[in-house]
Amino acid sequence: MSGINWLLSGLAFVVVAVPLLDILYTILDKGFSALSFKLFTQVTNGISGGLLNAITGTLVLVAGALLIAVPVGVLAGIHLSEFGRGRFGRLVRFLDDVLTGVPSIVLGYFSYVTLVIGLGWQFSVLAGSLTLAIMVVPYIARFTEIAFSQVPNNLREAGYALGLREFTVITRIALPLALPGILTGALLAMAISLGETAPLIYTAGWSNFLWNGRLIHEPIGYLTYVIWSFINQPYRSAHALAFAAAFLVILLVLLTNVAATVLLRRTHPVRAGR
Amino acid sequence: MRLRPFRMVLLLATSLIPLALAAIFVFLVRYSWPAIHFNGVDFLGGHTWSLGNLYANPVERHGQQVPIGADYGILVFIVGTLSTSAIALALAIPVSLGVAIFLAEGLNARLRPVLSFIVELLAAVPSVVYGLWGYSVLTPLIAHDIGPALRDSLGRFIPFFGGPIGSGYGLLAASLVLALMVVPIIAATVRDGLARVPAETKEAAYALGATHFEVVRRAMLPMVRSNIIGACILGLGRALGETMAVLMVSGGALNYFPDNVYSPVTTMASFIVSQLDSALQDPTGMAVRSLAEIALILFIIAVITNMLARFLTGSSRNVSSV
Repeated sequence: MSGINWLLSGLAFVVVAVPLLDILYTILDKGFSALSFKLFTQVTNGISGGLLNAITGTLVLVAGALLIAVPVGVLAGIHLSEFGRGRFGRLVRFLDDVLTGVPSIVLGYFSYVTLVIGLGWQFSVLAGSLTLAIMVVPYIARFTEIAFSQVPNNLREAGYALGLREFTVITRIALPLALPGILTGALLAMAISLGETAPLIYTAGWSNFLWNGRLIHEPIGYLTYVIWSFINQPYRSAHALAFAAAFLVILLVLLTNVAATVLLRRTHPVRAGR
Repeated sequence: MRLRPFRMVLLLATSLIPLALAAIFVFLVRYSWPAIHFNGVDFLGGHTWSLGNLYANPVERHGQQVPIGADYGILVFIVGTLSTSAIALALAIPVSLGVAIFLAEGLNARLRPVLSFIVELLAAVPSVVYGLWGYSVLTPLIAHDIGPALRDSLGRFIPFFGGPIGSGYGLLAASLVLALMVVPIIAATVRDGLARVPAETKEAAYALGATHFEVVRRAMLPMVRSNIIGACILGLGRALGETMAVLMVSGGALNYFPDNVYSPVTTMASFIVSQLDSALQDPTGMAVRSLAEIALILFIIAVITNMLARFLTGSSRNVSSV
């Protein structure tokens, strides 16, 4: 009787693992055969050409998102860990969870209404990056908070006993110890931003050209857009580009995730062991 | 009191999180306000979404300028959202529990991190990649293999599984993709909960003569019941708001209720993406504002599911489930 139950639970794992492996296999296989040198040297031309504009566009959007989200998230996380025991801290912690649960398309539409139309930024890098930043700030705040709360309190007390100020204790004693955890959060935020589509469709737009450095009034291309829109075109060249883009996205996301996991396991052996 | 610039900066950054949420709510309400007025409760109960005649002069109805014949009802998309999420959760919950038990108790310590990582990868795959896989692998499979097999077995007894199978895009494809996306959320939380059950509890159950699986079933699972419920609600929230993957495999039904499990459907989230382009053609802007009303409803649903999850879990947030 017990044997059947174990078999069923193992089967459940197989039911989940097989599609995942098939997803990876399909994307890597079809994507790899669509890879070519010109993907990295040419821009998209209608439904053919290369992906240079989309690759650089994704990197610009993600870099912009992290530039905004990391400072805010880290500062918020420090506040929650060091001074967040009261009612305000509990409220922010809850709202942090709520924000991670808000569907990304809602964030995208919010930005469309406020930034793209309201402020007249049109489809632009800043609108796209800001939307991604709102999306990933809660993750960075949470990881920062956890990293800081794992710094032993006697180290802080030792700092105060030496007459250091609060600022110095936090930045010179706690921050270096919390840094790997913060980095893990930032990497995770990067992985999430790399793979997002819905918040960008109506904020970043799409462009066949390379980014010209303008923050507003200028749309920008990105890889996930290629996956979503080119697979619907009835042309082989469009499908090849979609799979090549998916290959690059999956590769970037997986590498970032593996780096984050390795960092987490290495810095918190106790937690990883469970 | 001494001014503390460092603390002020921290506080300022922290308050951006509640501010962002408040801004989302306020601006969505403000932008969709004319639509809320115009649509009234019919918005939730109406069967038809029609932009009306965009070429004729707009008329005034309920004090708002709208195109002639414009009608914004989202019941079809509500049904699409609820049905895909319900089927997805019905599939994902038992599978997730099996996966969690397998990972927490059914493996030796060496294999556990490796196989756990596979499930964690599932959570890392971007939704548009799920969509691509669903589009190129799953929907043909449903059209040619899964669909006919279901129709010839379950379909004999349950009409909902019978009838025309169509192209493979539809309710079943969307539900299967959503189920795959929800499993890692539930499985990871339950696995972490199981791993935290004290050894004394397990030993006590063993001492009463329970087999290993009985220990899991009778002693461990009841202890993590609240984790399971909380995780399921978070999974539901994820499924209700998922956009890209559903958009790419659901077939995009308009003004059409699903009559079997293979019918095309549209969810509220995917509808926003698929319709904004055409809504922008509306010179009165009422269509775009009605889409904002859908986004507002999704936002409220997200807040409610998170509050429910928090309330039912009872504890403060689960640190290791991030």
